[in-house]
Order: sequence, then structure tokens, then C-alpha cells
Amino acid sequence: MLHPAGPAAANIAELWWILLFGGTAIFALVMGLLTTAVLRHANAATTDAAPARVWFWGLGLAFPMVTLSALTIYGLVLGERLLPRDAPDLVTVQAEARQWAWTFGYADAPDLATEGVLHIPAGQPVDVEITSTDVIHSFWVPRLAGKLDAVPGHVNVLRIEAALPGDYAGQSAEFSGRGYREHVFTVKAHDAASWAAFLQGGPP
Amino acid sequence: MTPPNKAPSVRHGTALPLHRALMRVWGSDPRFRGWFTTTNNNDIGTLFLIVATTFFLIGGVLAMLIRAQLATPQSAFMQPEVYNQIFTMHGTVMMFLFAIPFFEAMSMLLLPGMLGTRDMAFPRLGAYGLWVYIFGGSAVIIAMLMGLAPDGGWFMYPPLSSAAFSPGIGADVWLLGITSIEVSAIATAIEVIVTVLRYRAAGMSLSRMPIFAWFILVVSVMILTAFPPMILGSLLLEVERAFDWPFFQVENGGDPLLWQHLFWLFGHPEVYIIFLPAAGMIATILPVMARTHLLGYGWVVAGAISLAVLSFGLWVHHMFTTGIPHLGLAFFSAASTLVAVPTSVMLFSWIGTLWKGRVRMDLPMLWILGFFATFVIGGLTGVMLAVVPFNWQVHDTHFVVAHLHYVLIGGYVFPMVAAIYYFLPLLTGRTRFFKLGEVAFWLVVPAFHVTFLAVHMAGLLGQRRRTWTYDAGQGWDALNLIASIASFVMAIGFALIVLDVAVNSFVAIRGRRNPWGAGTLEWAAAIPSPAYGFASIPIVRGRYPLEDDPDLAVRIARGEGYLGDAQRNRRETLIVSTLEGTPCQVAVLPDNSLLPFLLAVVTSTSFLAPLFDAYAVAGLALGGVVALSLYWAWGLGARQDAGPVDAGHGAMLPLASESAKPPGWWGSLFLLLADGVHFGSLLFGYAFLWTVAPNWPPPSYLQPDALPVVLALAGAVSLVAGPRLAVRAIGDARASWPGLVLGLLGGAALAAAAASVMLDRPDPAGHAYDATLWLLAGHVAFHVALTVLMLCFVGARVAAGYASPRRSGEARIAALWAEFTAVTGLMALGAAWLPGAFG
Repeated sequence: MLHPAGPAAANIAELWWILLFGGTAIFALVMGLLTTAVLRHANAATTDAAPARVWFWGLGLAFPMVTLSALTIYGLVLGERLLPRDAPDLVTVQAEARQWAWTFGYADAPDLATEGVLHIPAGQPVDVEITSTDVIHSFWVPRLAGKLDAVPGHVNVLRIEAALPGDYAGQSAEFSGRGYREHVFTVKAHDAASWAAFLQGGPP
Repeated sequence: MTPPNKAPSVRHGTALPLHRALMRVWGSDPRFRGWFTTTNNNDIGTLFLIVATTFFLIGGVLAMLIRAQLATPQSAFMQPEVYNQIFTMHGTVMMFLFAIPFFEAMSMLLLPGMLGTRDMAFPRLGAYGLWVYIFGGSAVIIAMLMGLAPDGGWFMYPPLSSAAFSPGIGADVWLLGITSIEVSAIATAIEVIVTVLRYRAAGMSLSRMPIFAWFILVVSVMILTAFPPMILGSLLLEVERAFDWPFFQVENGGDPLLWQHLFWLFGHPEVYIIFLPAAGMIATILPVMARTHLLGYGWVVAGAISLAVLSFGLWVHHMFTTGIPHLGLAFFSAASTLVAVPTSVMLFSWIGTLWKGRVRMDLPMLWILGFFATFVIGGLTGVMLAVVPFNWQVHDTHFVVAHLHYVLIGGYVFPMVAAIYYFLPLLTGRTRFFKLGEVAFWLVVPAFHVTFLAVHMAGLLGQRRRTWTYDAGQGWDALNLIASIASFVMAIGFALIVLDVAVNSFVAIRGRRNPWGAGTLEWAAAIPSPAYGFASIPIVRGRYPLEDDPDLAVRIARGEGYLGDAQRNRRETLIVSTLEGTPCQVAVLPDNSLLPFLLAVVTSTSFLAPLFDAYAVAGLALGGVVALSLYWAWGLGARQDAGPVDAGHGAMLPLASESAKPPGWWGSLFLLLADGVHFGSLLFGYAFLWTVAPNWPPPSYLQPDALPVVLALAGAVSLVAGPRLAVRAIGDARASWPGLVLGLLGGAALAAAAASVMLDRPDPAGHAYDATLWLLAGHVAFHVALTVLMLCFVGARVAAGYASPRRSGEARIAALWAEFTAVTGLMALGAAWLPGAFG
């Protein structure tokens, strides 16, 4: 996920760097306070007990409230952007998981089905309709987007997009028993010409 | 088993005779038999601690097997069949068999001392909880050694854990083993709550309680409200596996997501159930290490309570990737980040405490610093995971694995190690002599960070959790090797700690009382604590009684508190008013008894026999449970009124058994709280399936007839009225049988109404709707059976002379259960009939 190849994954990777730097700063602050508090008894003559105002109202309540509100709002706005919304050039595909294989279908070519390889056009938003026929699995292509579960009886829709043509590794991310490790697939992103050829049933 | 005649460390003209007299009353049975009959909190707590530590070691060995397997790519050490069992068992053992019982053990050992009382409120219940835990936990381990362990991951998502995808008994072992732990945890929680609320030193108002008592009280209430959804979940899954009732099968109206909701309704509060006792330990130990008092006692109590409340509002954050609408995710994301607020209140209270004190760098303090460095990181990664888009990426990767180990090891294990070292002088009466502990600290904490920072990184690079091996060249080979090597160093460190504690428990030099200079009561008893705890019940006037009165320990030993003699030749302790701590009753605790052990044997047999299809044995054992429980209850009480007894200090107090609300009534009240949450979860499940599950509505609804509705209403009314009449009759020394008979008739009518539901829908395996109706009717039938049993018991007790206007407590307990049965019975049947009446 640190090598994003599409808008959703890129947004999340950026989010991660913000989280990392913010988290490190807060950790350093807390450790600094802790170290000072522990070593402070060297000059124990001063008995100025820091008032509750600072420790509780300031550090205990206000500090996390402010940082967390900012973070939560940022996360939600970002989450909204990642949602599958209508787009003019939207492509819809289906992903059906079972122990331990993936079958993919295509709204633009209903007779077409592929096993283990999902074909998509590059540079276009793609909605993946995910479901399962047996146990719970999860559809995850780390370089393109986050993951979404494949739950029997439910259809979940995930928006993915690959900026450039190429092969991207995908895998199930919900433990499913003996063959879980091998429960992988590939996403093949095509340029416009080879996508059209694929939909015509031509050689991928 | 407690050495019978060890002199307390204070020798005085009156202290030693008093010690001998009290030991004759409170001492455990000698030798081997003593292990099985003891009900004393010191013994039970010690056994609990040893067993929980054993499970920790087993879980640790499993962890090492996992790390050995993951050290190198394409490892041939284990095949997936074995690896899946190992990681499932590692999670199960650590969460259920180690973490919860370990803090229960600590509270058993320490709580009576902290509160200034002599034992827990229900000593036999505590012993029962211990034995059920030992049998259930051992069964799970034995199944693993036989290769029959569960292999679906420790949260057991169906349909993977359903009969179709997990044949064999692995999942059943898990479910039944976990049920044992739940029974044990609920028994302990009830015991802790009643002890904290009613069994304290004279004058110990709620605001003077040691801070740990607050934390463990909050945790116990959480256990009673968080475990029932899980109990319901295990029940549903076990019933689906055994009888094919389709709660989680989509094609028949079930939904696998129902399990996830029930599991995480338990699973998320569970994280705080584990963290809060550790936080309570820190709030206890850290101020003593800083030679000062806790900063902001009230803030910390409020923080613990808000954390508990919030923790029930964010179970969905484990399910961000299951396709829940984004608005719902927004709510749970905000709630998940919000828990950081009370946590930071606590953290800054502790740092502020260190700030105003002078810190001594003893071993417990080192471990607390280790806690800070680790837990803060775990908390920050937790906040990261609460951010939904980030969660979508790292969910089910090793990043989550690393996060939860930071929280659980940093937030629970490190503080508990601090607590062990802090309380070791109290528990063993010895001063630590061999200094392996410092070495262990410098092995464990750095190695921990190396291990799990590497695991974080591997997760970010895309390593999924629960894969049995991986291919080389994905960028995480070195990270895994580093994590594995460091984890072995950590394991060596933990082994050293166990060794250190064991050696120092037996061969270190004798220590003096209160080596850290603490101000709370547990340090006022003789060390190691004798069976009776305090020679007399202390009188306290502040939060730090030992600082207010340095001679308190001597005066307690001389018998200058309440109940400072053993003349009545029975185990007495003081009951105080909940809020103010004013002495109000004298409780007589039971003697040593084999009953808890025997009851645990039959209980566990009734759980485990179905694994081997021995249903006849299970039925027989269930009969044994009923018979032994009745025998147990029969042994309480008396045939004559005793009247008020002299408690010392001029106080003439009634016996608890002669009060309107005896301890058993309080225990029942909290058990019914758990029962009510269980019932509420059942209604939640029903509503969830109805609104969310595919393949609803069912082909047809149950159409209620007039007769069952009338029966249910009349039955519920008589079930409430009858027992109340009986209580009033006993109070007025009149005949109680008309009320009892009315109650029995009411129970029969309610049961008949429930039976009509089952008769009208004869196929619970057909659709999740029918299965749910059977569960609702089953809830009614089970509780009616229980109430009928109780009413008959009360009748027999009245006939045998165990009831009088003073001794009406048992009838009141039965009345309480009858009311619960009537109210939830009506709700259950109403829920069953409603769709048909309007649909």
C-alpha cells in the first residue's frame, strides 16, 4: 500500500504519512513529559503541583478532542471521496469469491467470465460488485484501493482505479481456511484499445 | 494448604491468641484435600494465578511456533492444517484462558485486603468459577494436543466455522471451552461487584475506596454486559452446528454478519475489560512509586466509567470492511476516536502524579515506564485504525496484529508484571533477593519493540495475517526474520520473569510489612495474608488509612476493629452500606466445602460430553447440576432467628441472612442483569435478521391465537403476584402456600403459551425465523423451569422451618427471578407474535 498505483490507494498512502508524522509527534510529546516528570525529583525542593487545569482540562480533554476531531473529519471527507459514486466513464464488474478461486464478470460483456484475472480499463473508475458463494472472503488489491469483504448473500461495491496499464496483484484478505494463502488473483489494467478488444472477446 | 499456624508478623499480648483462634475457624483443610475444599480467597486466588500463568506459558510456546514458521519464506516447518490450529489457539488461549482469568486472580487475591474485609462475598462461587475454568481450559488444551483444535481463527467467523466448512469437533471444542470461561468470568464478576459494593471496612465510603476497587467494579459490570452477546453467539453457532438451525446460513434466512455483530459487541468491550484492570494497577502502584497520591482521583474514576460506556459503542470498527453504509461508519469512526479522550485523561493523570512526586526507580516502576512507551504507540495506531480509509487498507494485515500486541502486551502484560513485582512482598511475605527481574525487563521491552515494529512494517508492505507462509522477495523477508529473532529474546525474558517470581516466592528472605510505604489497607494485614485476612475489620476515615494512622496494623491485629474475636466460631465479616460504608450487617461466610469442586465437575461434564455425542452423560450431568445446586442452597440459612449480634464497638447488627435483601439477593440482581443483556441480545439478533438478512421475510408468519395470548398474560400476572403474596405471607407469619401455588400456576400458563409457539412452528431448521421463535420460546421455558424450581424450593424451606418474618430473603430472591421471568417472557412471546399479528 506504500506504492500506490491509483487515486484511492494514493489518497490512503498520503493519509498514512500524515498519521505517521502526527503520531510520532504526539508520542514524542508524551515521552518528553514523562521523562521530565520522572527526572524532575532532582530539584524536588519546588513543590508546585501542576494544577488540574493543565493536566486534565488541557492535556486530558482539550488536546485529544481537537486533534481527534480534525483527524476524524479528514478521514470522513476522504472516505466520502473514495465512495463509489456515479461517473460518466464508470465501468462495472463483478467479483465472486469461493474457496479458493475468483470468478469475474463484466457488465459491458455479460457473456464474458474470467477466472483468477480481473480485466479493467486503465484510467477509468471501476466499480467491483463483490460477493461470495461460500464463506467470507475479502477483495483487496493493495496498490489500487482498500479492501472490502465478500459476504455470502450480500453484494458490496468497491471503487478501484488504476492510473496506468499493467498487472496488479490482488488477494483475499479474510481468513478462509486451508487454501487461504493461495487465494490470490491478478488485476490486468488495459489501455483503451486492448480493453475494447477484450470486451469483444479478443485475446487479452 | 495455608500453613495453619504461621504467626503474624506482629506479636502482641492479644494478637497471637486471636490469630490462633481465627485460624481454627478460617483455616483451610490440611494437606491434599485442602486444595479441593478451600474457599479462601488467598488459596483460590493463588490457584487461579498459577493456572492462568500456565496458560500464558502455553500461549507463549504457540507464539514461538508461529514466529518460527514465519521466520523464513516458504518454511516447511508446519503445514497450513497445523498452522491454522496454532494461530487460532494462540489467540484463544491468550485472550480467554490467560488475560481474563489472570486479572480475576489478582482481584481475588488483593481485593479483600484493599477493601478491609476478610474474604470475597461468595467464597464458594469463587471456588466454583476456578474449577470450571480449570476443566474448560484443560479440555481445550487437551483437544489441541490431540490435533482436534479449532482452526478458523480466534473470532470464528461463520460460515467458515459452520458445520459445512468446519466438520469435526474443533469448532465445538472452542465454543464449549469458551462457554466454561464465560461461566467462570460471570461468577467472578458477580462476586467482585457484591464484594465491592457491600463488603468493606467500616467507614470506607465509595469515595474512600482504593482506586483499583473502582476499576475492577467497572470491569465486572462490563463483564456482565459484554459477555452475554458472546454467550448468545456461541449458543446460536453451537445450535446451528448441532441441529442445523440456520442462524448464519444465507439461503435459509440467516446472515453471517449476525455473528460478527454479536462477537464484536463482546469483543470490543473485551479489550477494555482487559485494559482497565491493568490501568487500575497502574493507578495503584504509580503514586506509591512516586511517593505521593494519585492526581485527580475523581477524574480517573470518571475516565474509567466513560471508557467503559464508550467501549460498547464502537464494536463496528472491527467491521469497517464488511460493507456497512458510510454514514454508519462515520458514527463508529467518531466513537472509536473518542475513546482516546478518557484514556488520555488517565495517562495525563499518571504523568501529572509522577510530576508532583519523587519517583523511585524500583522494578515495578520500570515496568510501568515500559507500559507508557508501549501503550502510547498502541493507542496511536489504534486511532489510525479508527480512520476508515486507512482501516480499509491495513485491515487483516500484520499491521493490525502489531497494533493489538502493542495494546495487549503493552497495556496489559507489562502493568501486570509491575503488579506482580509490586505485590510480591505482600503475597509471599518475602523480599525479592535474586535480581533476575531487571535482566528480564531489559530483555523483554526492547525485544518487544523490535519484534512488533517489524511486524507493523510488514503489514504496511502488505503481509496478510493468518497466511501460513509467504514467498520470498516481497520485501518483508528480513522484517520477518528480525521479528522472529527478537520474539525469541522476548520469550526468554518472560521465562526469566516466571523463574524469578517462582524462586523468590520460595527461597527469598523474609520481608517486612509494607516495604513500599503504601497507604492502603492491603498492606495492614499480616504478610503473607493469613486465611482470615484481618484479625478485626478496620475502621477508616480517609482514602489512605495507613498514613492517617501508622499503628493501624497493630490495632487491627489486636482485634480493636469490628468483629475482633472468634467466639461465635464461624466465619464472620462486616457488610456496610453501599454509599457511606456504615456497618449494617454481619455476614457469615461458608466453611470449607467440596461442593464447588463437585458442581464444577458435573457442570463441565454437561458441557463437554456432547463433544463425544455422549448426550445421555450430558443429561445425567445436567441433573447432577440441579441436584447439587439445590443441596448447596439447602445448606444455607438457619431454623431459628438469631437476632442482632454484637459486632464490637457497641454495634448490635443483624445477620445478613436475616435481612430483607441478603447477599444472595444482590448476587441474583447482577446475574439477572447479565441475563437481561443476554435476552436483549436475542431481541437484537431477531431485529437484525429481520431488517438486514437476505431471504426475509420468511414464507409465512406465526399467527397468534387468542388462547395462548390470554394464557401468557394471565401467567405473567400470577407469576408476579404469587411470589409477592408469598413474601408478604412469610413476613406476616401466615401460610405462604397460596402465593407459591399461584406462582406455579402462572409459570405453567406461561410455559404453555411458549409451547404453543413451538407446536405451531414445528421446524426450527427450516428458516432462521422459526429458529429464532424456538429460541424465544426456549428462553421462556428455561426461565419458567428455573422459577418453578425456586418456588418449590421455597415451599420446602418454609415447611422445614427455614423461613420466618426475619428470614424471608430466600422467598424474595425467588420473587425477583419470577418477576424477571414474567417480564422477559411476555416480551419474548410478544416479539414472536407481533409480525403475525400485523403482517
